[in-house]
Amino acid sequence: MAYHRYDAVVVGAGGAGLMAAIQMAGKANVAVVSKLYPPRSHTGAAQGGISAALGNVEEDHPQWHMFDTVKGGDYLVDQDAASVLAHEAIDAVLELEHMGLPFNRTPDGRIDQRRFGGHTRNYGEGPVRRACYAADRTGHMIIQTLYQQGIKHQLNFFDEHHLLDILFTDDGECCGVVTLEIKTGEIHVIHAKAVLIATGGFGRVFKVTSNAMAGTGDGVALAYRHGVPLMDMEFYQFHPTGIYKLGILLSEAARGEGGIVRNGEGEAFAARYAPTLKDLAPRDMMSRFIHQEIREGRGVDGKDYVLLDLTHLPPELIDAKLPDITDFARTYLGVEPKTEGVPIQPTAHYAMGGLPTDIEGRVIRDRNATVIPGFYSAGESACVSVHGANRLGTNSLVDLVVFGRRAGKHMLRHIQDVQFRPLPEDPEFTARAELANLLSRKSGERAADIRSAMQEVMMDKVSVVRDEPGLVEAQRSVRELRQAYASVAIQDHGTTYNTELLEAHELGCMLDCAESIVAGALARTESRGAHFRSDYEKRDDKNWLAHTLVYKTSGGLDIDKKPVTITEFEPKERKY
Amino acid sequence: MEVTLRIKRYNPDQDVKPAFKEYKVEVEGTDRVLDALNQIKWYQDGTLTYRRSCAHGVCGSDAMRINGRNRLACKILMQELGKKVTLEPLIGFTVVKDLVVDMDKFFDSYKSVKPYLIADDPVGVGERRQSPEQREAFEDTTKCILCAACTTACPVTWTSDEFVGPAAIVNAHRFIFDSRDQAAGERLRILNTRSGVWRCRTIFNCTDACPRGIEVTRAIEQVKRALLFEQA
Repeated sequence: MAYHRYDAVVVGAGGAGLMAAIQMAGKANVAVVSKLYPPRSHTGAAQGGISAALGNVEEDHPQWHMFDTVKGGDYLVDQDAASVLAHEAIDAVLELEHMGLPFNRTPDGRIDQRRFGGHTRNYGEGPVRRACYAADRTGHMIIQTLYQQGIKHQLNFFDEHHLLDILFTDDGECCGVVTLEIKTGEIHVIHAKAVLIATGGFGRVFKVTSNAMAGTGDGVALAYRHGVPLMDMEFYQFHPTGIYKLGILLSEAARGEGGIVRNGEGEAFAARYAPTLKDLAPRDMMSRFIHQEIREGRGVDGKDYVLLDLTHLPPELIDAKLPDITDFARTYLGVEPKTEGVPIQPTAHYAMGGLPTDIEGRVIRDRNATVIPGFYSAGESACVSVHGANRLGTNSLVDLVVFGRRAGKHMLRHIQDVQFRPLPEDPEFTARAELANLLSRKSGERAADIRSAMQEVMMDKVSVVRDEPGLVEAQRSVRELRQAYASVAIQDHGTTYNTELLEAHELGCMLDCAESIVAGALARTESRGAHFRSDYEKRDDKNWLAHTLVYKTSGGLDIDKKPVTITEFEPKERKY
Repeated sequence: MEVTLRIKRYNPDQDVKPAFKEYKVEVEGTDRVLDALNQIKWYQDGTLTYRRSCAHGVCGSDAMRINGRNRLACKILMQELGKKVTLEPLIGFTVVKDLVVDMDKFFDSYKSVKPYLIADDPVGVGERRQSPEQREAFEDTTKCILCAACTTACPVTWTSDEFVGPAAIVNAHRFIFDSRDQAAGERLRILNTRSGVWRCRTIFNCTDACPRGIEVTRAIEQVKRALLFEQA
């Protein structure tokens, strides 16, 4: 066992984690832990853009951005947080540019901007060009730029360290983490005054997903096991345009640049459902439209997919602004997007829910927003909540830069104010016991079988459209899979780079995430944003204009509600 | 279709030296090599070890030698490869286990070229201006995902520990040709040393290996030319 002591430890080296660490660089001793190498983080897969009301190509205002975010989130957004998001987005994007991010440029040398779903001028009048971008690889540029800055600032990287546990004192303050050094199998205890969980999402609980294989919700699940509630887990976004069967993302930028989704009859059906924004309706809606077209038999050749049509766009525009996604279509489907439609279906993409935090990134433990000292989260693992019931495209990148930055700044103040708290006795006990258990059996259940059964049932019963019987079945199924998981056996009992062991550990985390998603979805008897219940089709503000908090307890689960912060925009019917 | 994967295996805990092991798997032609690897790991042999994450060619985790050429396992489909496929770890780095190599040397080389914007002028209000033409000058090299396919395809790196390798030069290029950067001279000096660009023999293996389609050899040539102009 190796022991380290740092002022702060950041777990997850994607956009949020690196942004936070950079705030503290040179002013505090910071460790940055990643189970990958930092530039492999899933932020790098983001494509279309990062919104900020720069107004470089047409009139725009942060207040419009804030309104769109609130409406896009079906009014479940905490408006104090949305205001921070929209206003600080401008500064955050400029800071990225100053760090060297190579944005596409306007003819006069400013950051260029494009249209994106749900982003409008003057409170919904029509689309606005708000998304700053670098071709269709904006996330790649963000992760590269932030990693470069991390090198410049000589951050202490713990590359290929897998998070095994989060440490709390008896009185509930966070005081460090336990990791496994993947290359050697050695356990490390990192003692710290402040811990940031920036471990991203958990799309891998679903069968068809745009998420990286690393997206297994480790940080979220490990906190949940320590009694930290998870907020709004039922709101899981399905992106309308994933590559058929594979789930690989084809950016909304494709529609921002003029692409159209067509059903099996060739009809541009979005106009029928959303007459103003048409194909640029928010993602939850587009995914439901596609679901309905397929259910009513208008998929292509009666199958469960429709087409993303770019054939009317100038080929040079496709090459300049959408090079990567068109390359994906060629590589994985053998389809040439310049001349034929690309088969697509909704793909599990983004968790609006996660660890509840305040606008400084501090994780809170209850409906009264009681702060857990020393414990922070930012990015997809967190729920501030700026995305409410449905995130708008580009706002994830805004979220991780704005709130990663805020969390880092707050951590810096916190570590200057407090002393190190003593670690719990035998701090690596739980982590070690869990690994020992996974390694204890020569034969038993196969992790891959449990994982694929979970992914099937989550896709089938807990995706774009849900109802009570399906959710009850999913709940039972996840419970059974958890029992099976208790006797999982693996073949690799070695210490060097044991990825079979880590995949089994990740599966345990995903089962926690799945359980809490289903619990929230079952409890919420209304339809709002990405959570659509066919047995409760209407939004119910009287009973459900509230966040859900799911707690893991010794006997099972508890669910509580937390009020939504409304400052400027009263809930209205959501039409586009 | 049934295919045979011949995979070079090595576990330092138990093996004296690497050895090939064969696995038969049932795949679709449109499956990725990564899908075949996952199938083996999940249903036949859990000890098989490789890196992977995004599974669509953007994170750079799963570069390996596929039938003798450096490729990403998630970007090559089985139908491109025939019935017998040989998988080996990248050449030139120490093997940690099976298809996983030690990347420390690779990232050390990358860091040695100062791969970050150096521009000490105070920035005014708003963004630094850069014309679309200035932006285009380094577009190609911004695509690098640090997978190491190019560096480990270069015969010079196989025989010399000194050469920084194509990937580091690509990342130096990305800043040398960025109109906002002020440290081109510093990076060029680093690349003008014994470990720098002059070790490149213009073999083009790097360009062939790049999964992002970066014209690596061309970027290296541009750096060489910048050095010649600077000296002249």
